[in-house]
Amino acid sequence: MTDKPEETPEEESLPAEPEGPELPPAHPSRRGMFGAQDAGDTSGYGRLVVRDTSPTRGDSTPRPWADEFERLDEEFGAALQQAGQAYDDAVEKIVVDRGQMVIFIKRERLADVVKIFRDDPALRFEMCTSVSGVHYPEETGRELHVSYQLLSITHNRRVGLEVVCPDSDPHVPSITATYPSANWHERETYDFFGIIFDDHPALTRIEMPDDWPGHPQRKDYPLGGIPVEYKGATIPPPNERRSYQ
Amino acid sequence: MSDVTFTPAEETEDPYAGVRDTTEGPVYTVTGQDWEDVVGAAAAGEERIVVNMGPQHPSTHGVLRLILELDGEMVTEARAGIGYLHTGIEKNLEYRNWTQGVTFVTRMDYAMPFHNETAYVLGVEKLLGIEDDIPERANVIRVMMMELNRISSHLLAIATGGMEMGALTVMTAGFRDRERTLDLFELISGLRMNSAYVRPGGVAQDLPPGAVESVRDYLTWMWDHIGEIEAFCNENPIFKGRTVDIGYLDLAGCMALGITGPMLRSTGLPWDLRKSQPYCGYETYEFDVPTTDTCDAYGRYLVRMAEIKESLKIVEQCLDRLRPGPVMVQDKKIAWPAQLAVGADGMGNSLDHIRHIMGESMEALIHHFKLVTEGFRVPPGQVYIPIESPRGELGAHVVSEGGTRPWRVHFRDPSFNNLQAVPATCEGSMVADVIVAVASIDPVMGGCDR
Repeated sequence: MTDKPEETPEEESLPAEPEGPELPPAHPSRRGMFGAQDAGDTSGYGRLVVRDTSPTRGDSTPRPWADEFERLDEEFGAALQQAGQAYDDAVEKIVVDRGQMVIFIKRERLADVVKIFRDDPALRFEMCTSVSGVHYPEETGRELHVSYQLLSITHNRRVGLEVVCPDSDPHVPSITATYPSANWHERETYDFFGIIFDDHPALTRIEMPDDWPGHPQRKDYPLGGIPVEYKGATIPPPNERRSYQ
Repeated sequence: MSDVTFTPAEETEDPYAGVRDTTEGPVYTVTGQDWEDVVGAAAAGEERIVVNMGPQHPSTHGVLRLILELDGEMVTEARAGIGYLHTGIEKNLEYRNWTQGVTFVTRMDYAMPFHNETAYVLGVEKLLGIEDDIPERANVIRVMMMELNRISSHLLAIATGGMEMGALTVMTAGFRDRERTLDLFELISGLRMNSAYVRPGGVAQDLPPGAVESVRDYLTWMWDHIGEIEAFCNENPIFKGRTVDIGYLDLAGCMALGITGPMLRSTGLPWDLRKSQPYCGYETYEFDVPTTDTCDAYGRYLVRMAEIKESLKIVEQCLDRLRPGPVMVQDKKIAWPAQLAVGADGMGNSLDHIRHIMGESMEALIHHFKLVTEGFRVPPGQVYIPIESPRGELGAHVVSEGGTRPWRVHFRDPSFNNLQAVPATCEGSMVADVIVAVASIDPVMGGCDR
């Protein structure tokens, strides 16, 4: 396997794209069936193209949605209009998946939008229960996602908000002025992902020590660990064990 | 300042002791056995005293650090410092397969392992789209374990809260009852805590023989003995003197700070996710949502006490509706193949299962091997699953990228969120009341720091 042939005739021998409905794009990080990277393709499935069906990427979920989500979107649109804001300026896209609605908000408008979510009588999301981050290193220009979970006790419903920012400019406006409960959650997200929440009253680390280098939940931050020996056999640390996609 | 006898920091062996000059004036750090120095500094007219209560303090429920600024006995500012028990569980999850994740999340809030497991598992099941295929028996067992867990968690909160006030008998009675609950966990799941019992698709194994009778005995015993703690506390003038109007936080405060659970219900709002946004079939059980309107530590104690009784009622209903049947989803591509059984040396691999895969069916062996080493794939997407834990809303944000491992799992832990109420409940009170106020929040640092 060490000396590779100079030319790979595989490209020519591959079949053409099958006819039919357009397929989703190739997945940004996955390829093949088992994810083997370190040796030759012994399974024969290594060139398999994995389609990217993640609802988080791509466009808005096509309508119609469930009634409750259509109504929420309508009420949100009306509230935006009442506040004198254009819908398209604030909303990037809306994903309805598995019975949950996630509204992607353009980050520069987040602080205004959450205030509307809390104060408008038709929306009245009194609580922000959770803020957390997700790192997608393969999404160039949209690597860092922050997801907010809002809860309306008045109307007994929930909605998720999501804001995207690039790795090169990891700034997101803070929502602590509207939801004081987001204070620690934003500190945690900063601590783990390095996302800077502008106008946060005291954005410091919360879980890791103050002088800790790096942000541990990012995908480029290694898990670490040491091999463990037991009765003569050595078990590698978890991030070096064989893994499957 | 003249009669202060502090040693300058550089002359002591302890780098943290002594006196330092800062921009705000001299700062004295006391570390014990220097009472004379403290008195001298106080006499010199130093007006700010900052006390670090914790992280190693018996009444902070683990490694919670409270930073208190005192004026005499009065707390003028209070801040909570957390992170001393951060173990990177969420990061570790990303390097294990979906089923192994249960073993990790159960260690987050170690006083409510079954709630952690269920929140995570409900998230995985929703991503898989199999939430309607979970067998009825598995759901009943999950509800029963969660309610038993709620009882043990509330008993722990009341018992340790009582101990911190000096009510040692409340502690012994509470731990006695909690121990019986943990015996049931051990009987059913094999472990007193960290059980990894709730699995994607169902539960790890069916109830062992004799479990139903044991739970019935337990219920009888609990109904006989739960009144003991109430008799100790409810009308006890000392207990009421320590808790009434202490740790006050009204509805507006709870809303702003995102507080849920008994703290929110002590303001009179009957918000309980088991009623308002039911999961695991809670809508089919009969129970009440107890509330009080006192907004204080006493009201929270009453709510917890009443919730224990409601949970006992739910456990009773669970026993009545247990019907024979599978406890794991029928889909063999998801259901964990390894079966456990109790052998001579305790819980271990079922010999019947070993015989089947090693001697009878090559396909079963391959299947076992694939699922245990590689695991199953979960279609891409993200869900947020909130459930009502003993401390409030426990949310699992589970993200999949289509692989055999979670892309990201984040737990919205109620202890983490509710500890933000420390300044609001403690400032302006006495130091002794801080203990009661924090105990009424009922933080568990394992869940808070994860």
